[in-house]
Order: sequence, then C-alpha cells, then structure tokens
Amino acid sequence: MRIYVCVKHVPDSAANIHIVDHLKIDESVPFLLNPYDEHAVTEAVALKQQMPDSEIIAVCLGKKGAESTLRSALAMGADRGLLVETDAVCDSMATARALHAAILKDGSPDIIFTGKESIDSEGMQTQFRIGALFGFPVATNAASLDLTAGKAVVTCELAGGRTRTFELTLPCVIGAGRGLNTPIYPTFPDVVKSRKKPITTLALSELNVSAAPGSAKIVAMTPLVQKRTPRKITGAPSEQAAEIIRILKQEAKVLS
Amino acid sequence: MKQAGIVIEMEHGRVKETSLGMITLAGRTTESLTALVMDGITDEVTDQLAAHGVHTIVDLVLPEAPEIRQNPAVRAAAVVQAVRDRGLDHVLGLSSPEGKDLLPRVAALLDAPLVMDCVDVDLEKGLAETSQYSGKVMAKIQLTGETQVFGVRPNAVPPEPKPVKADVVAMTGDKAVPETITLVSWDDGDAEGRQSLVEADIIIAGGRGLKNRDNFSLIFECAQKLNAVPGASRVAVDEGWVPYALQVGQTGEKVSPQVYIACGISGSIQHFAGMKTAKMIIAVNRDENAAIMANCDYQVQGDLFDILPELIRQL
Repeated sequence: MRIYVCVKHVPDSAANIHIVDHLKIDESVPFLLNPYDEHAVTEAVALKQQMPDSEIIAVCLGKKGAESTLRSALAMGADRGLLVETDAVCDSMATARALHAAILKDGSPDIIFTGKESIDSEGMQTQFRIGALFGFPVATNAASLDLTAGKAVVTCELAGGRTRTFELTLPCVIGAGRGLNTPIYPTFPDVVKSRKKPITTLALSELNVSAAPGSAKIVAMTPLVQKRTPRKITGAPSEQAAEIIRILKQEAKVLS
Repeated sequence: MKQAGIVIEMEHGRVKETSLGMITLAGRTTESLTALVMDGITDEVTDQLAAHGVHTIVDLVLPEAPEIRQNPAVRAAAVVQAVRDRGLDHVLGLSSPEGKDLLPRVAALLDAPLVMDCVDVDLEKGLAETSQYSGKVMAKIQLTGETQVFGVRPNAVPPEPKPVKADVVAMTGDKAVPETITLVSWDDGDAEGRQSLVEADIIIAGGRGLKNRDNFSLIFECAQKLNAVPGASRVAVDEGWVPYALQVGQTGEKVSPQVYIACGISGSIQHFAGMKTAKMIIAVNRDENAAIMANCDYQVQGDLFDILPELIRQL
C-alpha cells in the first residue's frame, strides 16, 4: 500500500495569538503538527503494521519551517516527507490543488489520510477537495477504519454519539477524527531515527498548479475576546440553586 | 438578482429552528431565497418556510431507501444538481454535524469556495465571518467565484418572521448515486430525539470536578430537568467518564448556546475555544481562582456536589 498523509503546520493550540496589521497572526509562536493529523499519521502507521510492505509518505504545504512538522510525522512512523514549499497564504482550494499535484507527481496513492480539520483555519474541507480532484470517495471524522477485500469500511462520528458506517472503494480519502486512535507518542530513539529519514522539498511553483475558479481570502482579523464581568451568586447551596433557576427564567429566558 | 439556495434541515417533520435562523440571516443581504428540501415537504414545512421569507421551495425528491437518501454523497450531488438547474449563486447550509459532511462535498463538487461555521454572512458582497485559531480570532473572509458556499453556525441568528408567498417545485428525475461510497449502517445512539450539542439552547457541562464516571449522573439528571444537553470537558472524556461525543472545546464541539453552565471545569484556553461564544456562561466551581470564574457571567462558588442536587430538587 502506498499511503499518503497530508499534514499541516499549525500554531500550538495553547499559544497566545496576536494579530498583525488587522490581517494575519504573529507567527512567532510555536508551531506543531495539527492535532487531528496526529490521528491520521497514527492510523497510517497501524495500517503499515498490518501490511509491512506499505510506504507512508507525509505531505505538507507550507513555509520552510513546516519541515519540523514533517519531522514529527516521521518520528511517529512515516517513512519519508514531501514538503511543498511556499510563502503564499493558500486557501483550501489552492491547498488541495497543491497537495493533489504533489501526490500525483510522487506516485499513485492507495489511501490518503488527512485530519478532519486544521485547528488554525478550521476549514473542514481540504479532504473533500483532494477527493474531488482525484475522483476518490471521501469519509470524514473517521472513528474506525477496516480494510477488507479491497474496500475501506469507515465508521464516522456525527454528534451526540451517532455514527454512520460507509464502505469506500480504494483509493479513498479519510479525514481522521479524534475517535480513530490514540496518537503515537514518539520515543527519543524514534526522534533520533527520524532525523535520518528523507524529506524532499519542492517549490509550489514547480508543480504548475492551475488556478482555482474561486478563492477565500482573509480581509480582516480581530481578536475574539468576550470580556465578561462575573457577578457572584452567594449564599447556601439551596439559595445558589434558586438564584440560578431565577436567572435561567428571568434573564436568559430559557426556562418557563 | 443573486439567488441563494438554503439547504434545510428537519427534525420530527418540521424545519429546525436553526435552519429558520439561517433563512433570516440570508434574507438580510439577498432578496431571492430558495429552500432546498431533501426530507419531504408537507404543508407545515411550506408554511414554516414561507413565514420566514422563502419564495421558492425545491423538493429534491431523493430515493426512498434510507441507505441511499441518507448517504451524504447522494445528498451533495442532489444539492449540486439543484444549484445548477436553478442557477443559484450562493448555497447556505448549517455547520451542523450533518452539514460538516455535506457542505464541503457540495463545495468540492462545484469547485466553489466555502467558509464553514460562519457567524455572519453578506451575500451581496460575498463576505463571511468565522472564528479561527481555536476561537481566538474572528476572521472576515472575502469569497470570489461564480458560486459561493457558506456553512452557518447554528444559532448564529434567531429566526424572525417575514411572511411571503412560496412556490413549491419538485425536482424529479434520477439522482446520481455514487458507486464509490455506500452507506452500510448507521447508529443513532441514545441521542434519538435529543438535541445535538451544537444546536442546544442550554448546555450543562461537567469537568474534572465531577471526579468519576458515576458522579456524572448529576450532570445528566440536571440536563434532563433543564431540557438541556449534557457536555463535558476534555479531562472528563480522556478519563473515560463520558464518550467523546459530549466533548466541548478545541478538539470537541464548538457551541453557542443561550446558556452554558460549566460545573467543575477550570476553563482552559482549549475549553474556552469551544464555548466562548455562549450568550451566558454560569460557572459552578469550588476554586474561586479557576480561569473560568474570571471569564463568566455568573460565578457560583461552592461545591457542585451540594449545588447540583439542590438544582435537581428545585427544578
């Protein structure tokens, strides 16, 4: 099996985000492998354990610094990395085109993994666009995956404990959700070993990607702070409970 | 004139309130509203849609078999067909659990730009507002392209009445059924008839302070009495006290209820990422220095094991 895993280099979720020029974030914060992509890499590694002659290729579109995210994927068990380097800000349409072109140039995929979304732009769509460009079926927010008889059986999570199970023909695209597995935590020897694994870099311009017929571009950014001024509800527990009920009825008007 | 198609979600044979709110939002910046209905049209549905400003209702008439009609790939193809047949310029749908598996499919098939989880849209200008970076940033996004797709956060706008006359059109004919993806089974869990977290008016969520799985019954019992939806912090999920489906936060659901009651939740930056847009936050916590106590509307300092049973008793 030739397994591609699309990974994204994103700011640490715990980082404080500062906005520059009302347009973009200050990028001098720690960047990491997108958390959902950790599940994607982990699932690819599990597949390789079942089918040892598989190859796992981690693909990333980003700036030079995104190499560290590819290294994280390699430490988790990917065999090699592919960095499509660009300083441009790419929307989902452009990103999917770049990843599609890079994968196509590299080889013929049997399965492509992504995370179900990235925690920076939160677009939730790149996996579907990659699928459409290849003509492959897509399942997202996967919580389990079984490959049997040349098909992928994928259970996807909806909210509230609801699930749907799909059968996809191969090749296919799987958007990993949190329920899929527990991400591999690389050991120090894994990290050392990963330094010897190859990363190929190619410039986005080398891929001759055609322009998309549409775009989504950020034109303004503001910090989302909702400063609330807390009021205290004091008294005995019974009084506190009574006051909560009063607030729900009279102020929030959500109880009758 | 630009025409907007609105993908309607239904529940118990009625149009969801969150879908009606989305119609109100779309109607602020466009005149021509077309509802795209996939789950059957009744007089009641027609009345609901017309009362909120929809001029044209398109019945997509999907095949009866549930494994076909519930397949998001089939639904997306039907929406795309309607967009093309009706010459729609914009497509709006909810960023609900179903919408997250439908709208990106529609956008990918149309090769059209999409912004998910919009809290505001301006269809005239092709602008969308959505939160990014785990809810730390509000971004205004300009879309370009012949067709544009918007996923609207449930409860972004409450529905407002705007009575008009609506025509119903049936879009009969064969529907594309992809052979590459089939829906083989589904499990509606114990959520039958229960609202999803993202659409809830009231959420009561528990965290580390609940201490164990058994104590979580306090949250469930309170939720039932309040007609609220139960939620949880990541700690409670990671400890195995409740399933992942209940998780609110950065890597869980992002919610905007009228009221969010956080019980025994310290309020990490990642938890706030999922609930900071709640209209009202009530924090119940023993620790007055917990982060959530400084960024809520009402702080209830005390032992949740005293306060929650009182709530249950008094409701």
